Amino acid sequence: MIDVMYFAWVRERIGLPREQVETQAATVAELVAELRTREERYEVAFADLASLRVAVDQELTDFEAPLKGAREVAFFPPMTGG
Amino acid sequence: MDVRVQSDAFDAGAELNAFSVGHSAAGAIVSFSGIVRDRDGGLDRMEIEYYPGMTEKALQAIANEAAARWSLADVLVIHRHGALRVGDQIMMVATAARHRGDAFAAAEFLMDYLKSRAPFWKKEVTSGGAEWVAARTEDEDALTRW
Repeated sequence: MIDVMYFAWVRERIGLPREQVETQAATVAELVAELRTREERYEVAFADLASLRVAVDQELTDFEAPLKGAREVAFFPPMTGG
Repeated sequence: MDVRVQSDAFDAGAELNAFSVGHSAAGAIVSFSGIVRDRDGGLDRMEIEYYPGMTEKALQAIANEAAARWSLADVLVIHRHGALRVGDQIMMVATAARHRGDAFAAAEFLMDYLKSRAPFWKKEVTSGGAEWVAARTEDEDALTRW
């Protein structure tokens, strides 16, 4: 089980801020591929990976990052702080 | 080093005064504060979303990196989340150093990294609807100078 979190427009498109996902995905990219097959709203949210950023266990990383031992994965658009 | 993520409003002047006290040996204090700018008179509010846990860690890491790169006596970072109105303080950074060069450079570094590497997302709400603020390529490019 892994906690999957969504922020900003990713959260709005998927329709929830977080969920627990049962997955055997070895990488973030594999997890995304699994999520996209679920429902239209996931397909819409993950349509353009170039416009998304990902964090594994609260560290910014990339879509090739391994998920072994990970507790939390978060997807969000590029950050707009400051 | 003081890093705060909060929904409450803060008084940038009072924060700067408090930060300056106790740094008499520093000699140079630089501060920057960001406020919510209007959008042709039409902005109702700005909503700032953040990632509890990761946001605090990311800000601390950015402040630590600044302290590692420049000779600093202290660093202050305050960033708000939640609903803000035009003219409200969004955030501030302050740096204290013996010399102004370090204080200015570290403050600019902090701002550049806060823009693109701190997990905050801004949404502008107008009477016409709501829109997520898009990241600007210039902000991403600004990181390359460090």
